[in-house]
Amino acid sequence: MSDVFGAVFSVYFLAQLVRTAAPYVLAALGGTISERSGVVNIALEGKLLVGAFCCAVGAIESGSATVGALCGILGGMVVGWLYGLAVLRFGADQIVSGVAINLLALGLTRYLLKLFYGSTANSPPAPGFGDSVWRNVLLYVVIGLVLAFQFGFRRTRFGLRLRAVGEHPEACETLGLSVLRIRWMAVLIAGGVAGLGGAWLALDNHAFVANMSGGRGYIALAAVIMGSWRPKYVALACLLFASAEALQVVMQVAKVPVPREFVQSLPYILTMVAMAGLIGRSRAPASLGKPHERG
Amino acid sequence: MSESVPSLADEVVLELAGVSRRFGTNVANDKVDLVVRKGSVHAVVGENGAGKSTLMKIAYGQIRADEGSIRIKGRQMPIAKHNPMKAIELGVGMVHQHFMLVPPLSVAENVVLGREPLKGLVLDLDKAAGELQALSEKYGLHVDPTAIVETLSVGEQQRVEIIKVLWQGCDILILDEPTAVLTPLEVDQLFDVLRGLVAEGVAVVMITHKLDEVVALADDITVMRRGKVVDTLEGQGASVESIAQAMVGRSVLLQVAKAPANPGEDVLVVKALSALGQSGLPALRDVSVTVRAGEIVGVAGVEGNGQSELQECIVGLRKPTSGTVAVNGQDWSGMHVAERYRSGLAHVPEDRHARAIVLDFSIADNLILGRHREFSKGPLIDREARAKEAEARIADVDIRPADASVHAGTMSGGNQQKIVIARELNRPANAILVCAQPTRGVDIGAIELIHKQVIAARDAGLAVLLFSAELAELQSLSDKLIVLYGGEVALRMDAEELAKEGARAKIGAAMTGASASQESA
Repeated sequence: MSDVFGAVFSVYFLAQLVRTAAPYVLAALGGTISERSGVVNIALEGKLLVGAFCCAVGAIESGSATVGALCGILGGMVVGWLYGLAVLRFGADQIVSGVAINLLALGLTRYLLKLFYGSTANSPPAPGFGDSVWRNVLLYVVIGLVLAFQFGFRRTRFGLRLRAVGEHPEACETLGLSVLRIRWMAVLIAGGVAGLGGAWLALDNHAFVANMSGGRGYIALAAVIMGSWRPKYVALACLLFASAEALQVVMQVAKVPVPREFVQSLPYILTMVAMAGLIGRSRAPASLGKPHERG
Repeated sequence: MSESVPSLADEVVLELAGVSRRFGTNVANDKVDLVVRKGSVHAVVGENGAGKSTLMKIAYGQIRADEGSIRIKGRQMPIAKHNPMKAIELGVGMVHQHFMLVPPLSVAENVVLGREPLKGLVLDLDKAAGELQALSEKYGLHVDPTAIVETLSVGEQQRVEIIKVLWQGCDILILDEPTAVLTPLEVDQLFDVLRGLVAEGVAVVMITHKLDEVVALADDITVMRRGKVVDTLEGQGASVESIAQAMVGRSVLLQVAKAPANPGEDVLVVKALSALGQSGLPALRDVSVTVRAGEIVGVAGVEGNGQSELQECIVGLRKPTSGTVAVNGQDWSGMHVAERYRSGLAHVPEDRHARAIVLDFSIADNLILGRHREFSKGPLIDREARAKEAEARIADVDIRPADASVHAGTMSGGNQQKIVIARELNRPANAILVCAQPTRGVDIGAIELIHKQVIAARDAGLAVLLFSAELAELQSLSDKLIVLYGGEVALRMDAEELAKEGARAKIGAAMTGASASQESA
């Protein structure tokens, strides 16, 4: 057992935790802003994946991780725009469109990977921000974003309108606010932030790997709910989920005698337990998932 | 235009001329004229579906008119470009029937939404709170700017709505059924506030169903029927009867005619019932009430004093913590809702959209809702029986439109309620009727019919427990009355006491928790 404790309370574990948590936090922040405006964001998975792919391509072609990260943001925003087109412009069902986008992202990135690099599995090596997570400039961007979201939701004009639109769009309309405009902004920002989450994955891995998001978008969505749509709690929920995943890595490295399958399923078990425990306690924005019709 | 206005030198601040609006084939407004003067109260009355709300939303820019002209303070508004933003800029504010407040936000946040004062990039809520404080003191609209809206009572929320509109700088105030959800005391307070505003030159346009309020407050009255203005009256000299007649197009029986009750055996016996409310706190304490066959027992009380919980305990939607509900000697405690229906329950719930009808269903399907077994052959709906039932009930209670395939969601509140009443009163096993807010949001023509139906049910031998926020309704229908306050029975009155002078004041006092003895002292 001492192996376990030794593994947990190590600098290695901490670094592993932060590295694992960052993409969750970014995706979940995207989910938070989008859902706060009333738009369900099941398409996070697709945004992560497309963000990762665009980042890898950008980084490989330019040789710069920064360019890669920017490409990731852009890629995520394009997916966000596509999603907005479906659910905001045409009022399509948010869950169905989100799932469709996730499937599209999965197929499209695989196809483009083959087209660009002649491989169905992974891209050539891409540059990153160095191997120490503490010296990764993106880490500080992530922390800054959490603080900015937390503060912005509560204290800025856009934040107030965002919260209002998610709860009671008709009321906003009677005050002369454009519900759709606010939701468009939220969906695009969500795309960009989640795309950056994808970029983190690609840069951290020094390559794009097919389906490298691996369900993180869905777990991020669970973190949004667990954090009851408040950025700082959402970030903490991400840390919790990431710790389960980091534990898994650390335990494997330390060869702790626990079945691998059990350790691997830890994050998912944790997600389910957390969600079950939170049902009824965490309250979603009232208009979440409902398309807006103008009066 | 100006000839139609009393020849006062008053300034016209809002003028709608020839305004029309169609929704599909339904003409909601048909060449409507409306002239509102500065510093006056203008009441717009009419049955449900007469087009009042549509007209007000057109004035506010929320609904676009198909044709006609809108003038606000002398400025012609192009109808295609009118919108709430412009309306607010020009000083038009609207308090909607269903409040347009964001529940989890604070009062101050709700008020400033859309016009937020900033300090740099950050909201300046302190400044707004100061301004709200000043406004609330000036007009006697007491609210705490930091309170979260969803924790406020309906009356407080309405004050927030009015403050919001005043903070926006509006001096033309449109109110859509402002008193529908208020207690009598709150209504008085609201009227005081409105009088204060009018004295300052604010123009108030008010939609209402309650004609005594119109008589008490209005300077001008516009009467609408089926999308058209059928009459304009001066407030002075108008009577409830004359307005009602103009609204419905025939004279209306406002006082319910009923024979004295002829009560039989005890049917519904509620004994020492206690229950928890939604919040988990005690909502009913030791409530006992007995209803005999062929009598109506009214339950009065300010909303939230245990009425909902009492209904739910009787119907089987809430489990009491102690006490019993028995009907015809049979203990209902262990029975679920369906069994209670089979054993003689009829139920008109207080929130018909949540509990009584499915808006996306047709009239026919709503009429057999929950009674499917009666209209089935094996697992299949017996379409012939359903059609027959629909035809009979539509004729019975004059449901309009008289087309069984029409969706309930497109109908007026009054006609929706007629569906519920018709379905519930025709259950084969009926012994008791739990009837809550039967005429809430219902127009005056339908009210008359619903009252007659409730009395007919009584005369047919049902034990009726009637819950209503309308004291007048309780007084005219009930054979006995109890008042709930804080989950307890605060007052019991029999027919004799109900008929006495001052009964209303006594009930009102019990509703607010003042004991009857204090009242008479």
